[in-house]
Parts: sequence; structure tokens; C-alpha cells
Amino acid sequence: MHTETYPQLIPLVILIPALGAFINIFWGSKLTERVSGLIGITAAVLTFIISVLIFSHLNGHHGTGSVINPVIFQTWLRIDSIGLDIPWQFRVDPLTAVMLLVVTGVGSLIHIYSMGYMHGDKKFSRFFAYLNLFMMFMLLLVTSNNFLMLFVGWEGVGVMSYLLIGFNWDKGGALGWKNSNAARKAMIVNRVGDFGVLMAIFMIFWTFGTLTFYQPGETANVCYAREVNNLGACAEESHSEGEAAAAEGETAAAEGDHSEGETVAEAEGDHSEGEAAAAEGETVAEAEGDHSEGETAEGEGDHSEGETAAAEGDHSEGETAEGEGGHGGEPVVLADVDNSKFASYTDLGVFGQTAHYMSLEEGSPERLVQFGTLALDFKTVLFIIVLFLLLGVAGKSAQIPLFVWLPDAMAGPTPVSALMHAATMVTAGVFLLIRSNVFLDYVPEARLVIAIIGSVTALMAGFIALGQWDIKRVLAFSTVSQLGFMVAAVGLGAYVAALFHLATHAVFKALLFLGSGSVIHGVEHGHHHVHAHGNGPGHGHGNGPDDHHDAHDEHVDEAFDPQDMRNMGGLASRMPITYWTYLFGTFALAGLPFFAGFWSKDEILADAFHEALEGHLLLDNLAGYIVLGLLLVAAGFTAFYMWRQVQMVFHGDPRTEAAASAPESSAWMTIPLLVLAFFSFTVGFVNVPKYTPIFSGFMGIQDYEFKHFLESAIPSVTLKESLAFNTPLALLAVVIAFSAIALSHSIYGGNKAVQGRRDPLHVNRSTRQMWSLANARLYWDEIYFRLIENPYNRLSKFLYEVVDWRFLHDYFHDSVLKAGYDSMGKLLAKPFDLGIIDGTVNGVGALVRLLSGRVRVVQTGYVRVYAVILLLGVVAVLLIMLLPLLQVQAGS
Amino acid sequence: MNVPVEAFVILSMVLFTLGAMGVMLRKNAILVFMSVELMLNAANLALVAFAKQWNDIGGHTFVFFVMTVAAAEVAIGLALIVAIFRHKQSINIDDLHQMEG
Repeated sequence: MHTETYPQLIPLVILIPALGAFINIFWGSKLTERVSGLIGITAAVLTFIISVLIFSHLNGHHGTGSVINPVIFQTWLRIDSIGLDIPWQFRVDPLTAVMLLVVTGVGSLIHIYSMGYMHGDKKFSRFFAYLNLFMMFMLLLVTSNNFLMLFVGWEGVGVMSYLLIGFNWDKGGALGWKNSNAARKAMIVNRVGDFGVLMAIFMIFWTFGTLTFYQPGETANVCYAREVNNLGACAEESHSEGEAAAAEGETAAAEGDHSEGETVAEAEGDHSEGEAAAAEGETVAEAEGDHSEGETAEGEGDHSEGETAAAEGDHSEGETAEGEGGHGGEPVVLADVDNSKFASYTDLGVFGQTAHYMSLEEGSPERLVQFGTLALDFKTVLFIIVLFLLLGVAGKSAQIPLFVWLPDAMAGPTPVSALMHAATMVTAGVFLLIRSNVFLDYVPEARLVIAIIGSVTALMAGFIALGQWDIKRVLAFSTVSQLGFMVAAVGLGAYVAALFHLATHAVFKALLFLGSGSVIHGVEHGHHHVHAHGNGPGHGHGNGPDDHHDAHDEHVDEAFDPQDMRNMGGLASRMPITYWTYLFGTFALAGLPFFAGFWSKDEILADAFHEALEGHLLLDNLAGYIVLGLLLVAAGFTAFYMWRQVQMVFHGDPRTEAAASAPESSAWMTIPLLVLAFFSFTVGFVNVPKYTPIFSGFMGIQDYEFKHFLESAIPSVTLKESLAFNTPLALLAVVIAFSAIALSHSIYGGNKAVQGRRDPLHVNRSTRQMWSLANARLYWDEIYFRLIENPYNRLSKFLYEVVDWRFLHDYFHDSVLKAGYDSMGKLLAKPFDLGIIDGTVNGVGALVRLLSGRVRVVQTGYVRVYAVILLLGVVAVLLIMLLPLLQVQAGS
Repeated sequence: MNVPVEAFVILSMVLFTLGAMGVMLRKNAILVFMSVELMLNAANLALVAFAKQWNDIGGHTFVFFVMTVAAAEVAIGLALIVAIFRHKQSINIDDLHQMEG
């Protein structure tokens, strides 16, 4: 397999969607709907194929990261005076590959779906151009190798989300305003977050002198992660404590009887390091002598032992320890893979440098970072950087306090919501945190903040989702809630679990949004159908959805809301494909056993539980228990509101004529649904823990395959014990999910879902207040209105009315400027204009007139006068000529 | 018989003076015109006399030029006078002073 060239294809991942968008932007109006849609779909599918190729390459090589640097962009931004030189570099590592698959895979299906959904829209080609650009910027974000390129993608998805959320700005009337306001809200809220990212980037550059993640050839560093996770010492301690450290590592391996046996053995001698990929139970790999290679203990017997990257031996990736070569002037020599080609630590990327700084003793002058006169310890700086990043993540990934834009963002067409909530945009924030995992490892204090924010967001959004009527708004709050899970997982240090949940959530949330789009589409058509028959027959409807003259806007009057679940009901029989795929999505999201969401959510819960037991964060075990508790309740809410939605939309009797005559959607829309439904069941199996009952060793599933794939991108993963499948915890989660569904069914089952356009929980007195609170979205928007928007508006009104109008306009302009100008003008008008300017011009004229008046009398008009003058002239000339002659004669 | 050159010069002076006085004093355009011719021929006489005196053919040659110019002048001048007469019913040059400044 000549897969080595595959990562070189990475620039195409950006270029192909850009080309697709380019064609649709400049020639879209001339193309037919089908051609311009196919261009968009082709671009998306091609990038998906490239992503698969890149993934297969990495998968065949145990996820070695490689930095691709196209020569044309060797220097992208360069300012010599401050040493800024940022190349246009791509980073291809397992993290990138997973994100590529998620973005392009889900993105392609959404493109295909849009072909059916946007049918008949007059801005069809523009929509596909935007979709392609949206994907392109997201791909740029995930493939970048430095913070600045990432920021370009970051802002790019922001702009595209603005354009796509407000895509229907031209609907006219209140609806158009609603759409464009939602777009503006997304843009403005994200600006707050982007400020955080920018500040973080500035601080990173100031601290490290570079923005690059990893330099070409540099391997990710695990040395630090041992200390962080109390798993043994690192290289520099081996001088004195080599033996002890080795022993400690051994113990750690031995005692973790269920552990995968990631053990660290330290070597003696300077800068050498033993890396042990342990077999189960016990192992020590020793490295002797200086600069010796790390020994690898190959696990014997069963397959899963040899999982660790280092153990494969064929390749030189996996764990790398960073040497201290930097400050000693010696090259960086490492055990298995060395970064010795870097003469100094300052040549490394930001993450390599972080490990170096943190290995220095606290309080040593080299660890101080100068900010003007302020000298901060490196760790403090890192803490501030991570908090600034968190602000950006709160904006992009919709966490408290900046999540408010996401529920409004569903104003865009449904495929956009699916793309934004699943593959692009909101995942960017979580991705940024996972990418910065080395930073996070060092600052548990910041991770505590992240974990708390994430879990509180998960619970809060899950609660709000209980009380929403809009089918897409329920899903939007569900997204906020699930993003909370991911962020909480990152806060716990469970980066793989976060990424795993991100991937599975992308699949089933895309499925749910596309399913809701299909429902909305169907209800609109049903409504249109009913009205067309009311107005008169003969329109030829009912020949299948594709034959309809689709028009999402024109036939929906203001009073009828096709997204309101109160207008639905009983759609299961009308739209069977949509119904069954929607059920799959619901089960996956609720975390029913063996669906995708079950595995990923369970892994996050297991990590929280682990944290509760071990307590690496602050507050010892308390933080873990808090997070675990919040997430468990949020998981219960998830199952509850999803089943409520299924009941309201699909079960019971139709509540409107529109719902009663809703048709199933076209194949363009149902096929992506089927594909996504398939994957929302199967995708969870990529990361199944080993000791799972039933599944271990079954169907060739390997232990935590996904996790091992990611080792080279998330170095600390290798050093954490792989958690075994925690049966009681999983059972607890499943019981919670099932009982939430059962409770939901008892409340909303049958035709009880909506009682007189009111929710049963609202009808019931005891739960009315709570439901109203959820329905009002906990008054977040109102709070923001009171605290920020209203004061802001009043301030701007004050500035406008008092400062601008009364002071500047009335007083300053009218009184000061205008009056001053008038008096100045008057002052100047007479003496200057009349006196000097006019005087000069008129004076010249008068002078000419005066002089010529004297001369003109010579011109008598009588010929004889002229003759006399002529004669006299001749005589005069003759006299002048002859006079010298006469003088000579007189003299002689 | 050898007539001294001074005689020719004196005659030429007399003729020229008569011509000049005529141009300045007469009011009839035709008479003014004739006076101009008189001045031209006075000059011719002087040219011829000096040419003979200095044995220089240039003087003779120049006389022919003057005669040619005089002929052309007569042609244009008489035409102008006729045109003026038609316009004004008069050839009194004192009536022609529209060019007065």
C-alpha cells in the first residue's frame, strides 16, 4: 500500500470545497438547480474520499502525526522586527483525521439532503456555495498547524454561520427580521468569544514566540503527562531517582490490575528513557546506559496487549519524552523517538515548549514570563491562556454564559442547523480544547472551571429543552446540553471521551435535525396541500413530494407555524422512514444500550466517576461527584425530552389538517437519513472497552480502538489507565434513561401529549411553575436584556439623543460651528471678498480701461493722419541712421 | 550730353514731395491714388539714376519689381474705390473714418 502520499493530499481538502463555492458563486445564477447542487455535493464527497484516504493512512501507521507544509506557503505572515514568521502548515494527525471524517462525512450527507430540501428555492446555488464554504472553513480549522490558521477557520465558520442563519433574511415582514436578528445575535455573541481567542493567541505568541502546534518532525511529548497523572517521574529526575521511579512505575502497573498496563520505566543515565508498553499485570522495560533506546516489552498472547503504539516497534511514533537538551545546549535526545534535530527547545512548537517550561523548577527565573514590568510564573500564564480559550469555546460551542445564540440559530434552513449543530461550528470549540490538551494537562485549576461550566450547561440546557414547543428548538437546546457533556469531559481530562462523543453526537444530531427538517417539510406540504384544495382543485398535488412546486415560504401564512409541535402528531404512519430514523436518533441521543450515544456518554460518565474516585482536580473528589451528578441528571433529562418530542410529533392522532396530510419526503432527503441512522447505531463500536460484557472479543472489536488511534495526538492518553467498562455505572445510566423514557411516556403517551395546546406538565398544577420556567428558557434572554441589552440600548439612546443630537447637533453644530462660521463669513465677506478679491480684479480692468482711453485718440481713422505719422516715422528712422554719418563728417 | 546725377535726384525729390503732399492733402480717393503712383515713380527715377551712376544692374531690376507692384496696386486699389463708391456714393476719404478708436 502506497499510502505515504495520502497526507500530501491535505491541501485539496481546502481547495476542493473552495472551488465548488467559487463555481457556484460566479456562475451559479446561470446553472440549473440540479447542476449547481451536484457541484456542491461533488465537492463535499471528494473531500470525504480524501479524508478517508488520509484516515486509512494514519490508521495503518498507528496515527503518526505529520506536519505537511506546502512549499508555496513557506512564509505566510512574516514580520521580521518581532520575529513573527508563520508558515501555512497543515497538521495531519489522528485528531485531525477524526475531525475530517466527521466534518466531511456528515457534511456530505447534509449536502445531499439539501438537494431535496432546498428544491425550488430561488437562492439555491448561493445556498450550496455557502455550504461548501462553511465546510471549507471548518476543514481549515481542523487541519491547521498553528493558532492563527485555526483562527482564520474559526472566524470563517463564524461568517458563514452568520450568512446561513440569516439565509432567509428576505422573507419579508417579521419573519425576515427574526432571521436576520438571529444571524446578528450569533455574530455578536461570537465576537465576545473571539475576543477571548484573540487574547489567548496574543499571549501564546508572547510567551512562546511561535504559534505552531508541532514543528515538522516533532513528536508529541508524554513526559510531562506522567507527572500530571502521578504515574512516575520524568527523565530529569532519573539522575537521582531513576531506580525509585522505575520501581514506582512498576508498582503502578502492577497494582492497576485492570489497567492496560501503560507503565513507565525510567532509565538511568542522563536523558535516556525507557518506555514500556506493558503487557498486562506486570512488566518493566529497562533501559540502560545513556541514550539507550527504550525497550519495548511486547505483550505476548492475546491481541490487545500489543496495542500501544510503541509496542509495535515498526514505527517510531507514539510516546516521546522530551529531553532537556534545550537549556543545556545539548540536543534533545529521547528514548524511542527523539527530537534531537531540534537544537533548542525554542525551536519546538508551543506544546513541546510547554513541557519544557513546566519541567523547570517552580520559581526559577527561566520559568518567568515577562509582560512589561509584570513577571508571571509560566503556570499562571498558562492558566490565563486557557481561561481566555475557554471564553472562545463558550462562544463557539455554546456554553454558559454565551450559549444564547445557538437556540436562535435554528432560524436558518434546517440543513444549516444540522451542519452547524453536528459537524461544523459548535464542534470547533471542543476541538480547540482537545487540540490544546497539553496546556490543559498542566492547569487542573482551569480544567475544574471547564468541567463545572460544561456540566452545568449540560443540565441547564437539558432542563430548558423540557419546555419548548418548537421542534428545532428542542434539538438546539439538546445540542447545547450535549456540548456541555463534551466540555465537561475535556475538563476531566478525558479528551478522547470528548472527541468520541463529539463524533457520535455529530452523527445522531445531524440525523435528528435532518429528520426534523423532513417533518417540517412534510407539514408545510400538508398545509399547502390542504389550502390548495380549499382554494380550488386542479393543482395536481399529491403526486409525490418531488412533483410539488416547492416553496417553503409563500404558502405558509403567519398564523400557521410548521415547526410548532402542537401542530403535529401522528406523523409516524404518514412518514415512516422519517419516523424510524428519528427513533434511531432519539435512542442514540438518549443513550439506550448499544446505540452510539450509549458508548460515548458512558465513557464520559465513567471518566467522571473515575475522577470522583481519584480526584485529580481541585476540591479532591468533590468536583468529580458534582460533575457526575449533574451529568447523570442531564442524561435523564435528555431521554425525557426526546421521548416527549417523539410522542408529540409522531404518535397519537394528527392535531391539524396539515399534519394529517403530510407526505413523506423525497429520496434526496430520506437516503441521508437512512445512512445516518445506520451509523448512529454502529459508530459507537469504534471505542468499546475491553471488559464490556457480551462484546469483548466479539466481532473482532478491539479494546478502545479509537483511543489508541488517538495516542499520538493526545499524548497524555497513553499514560492514563484505560478504564474498564464499569458495569454498575452503565447500568445506572441505562436505568436512568429507561425510567426517564417511561416517565415521559406516562405523561405524554397516546393523545395526552398536548392538551388544548398546553403541555400536560403545564396543566398539572404541581409542575406548572417548573415547566413555565423551562418554557421561558430560564429567562436567560430576559436577563441579558436587562443586564446588557437594555442598558446598552439606553446608553446608545442617551448618546444619540443627548450627546449626539442635543449637544453635538443642536449646540455644537448649530451654535458653535454654524454661528462661528456665519460670523466668520460676515467678517470676511466685505473687506476680503469685496475689498481685496473684487478690488483686484476690477482694478486691473479699470486700469486697462484708463490707459487705453489715453491711447485710443491716436486712432482717428483718417488715412492721411496715418500717412503723416508714417512719414514722420520714416524721417525719424532716417535721422537716427544718418546721424552718426553726419557726426563723422562734422568731425572730419 | 552728360546730365549729372544730382539733377535726377533733385527731380526725384520734387516728384516725391509732390506725391506725398498729394496723399496728405487731397480728399478725392482717385487723386490720392495718383499721388501714390507719383511717389512710386519718383523712387523709380532715383533707382534708375543711381543704377546708372554705379553701373549696377540691381537698381534696374528693382524698378521692374516696383512697376509690377504698382500695377497690382492699381488693380486692387481701383476695385476698392469702385466698391466704396457703390457703398457710400462718395469717394471722399474724409468720410471713411469708421476705424476711429
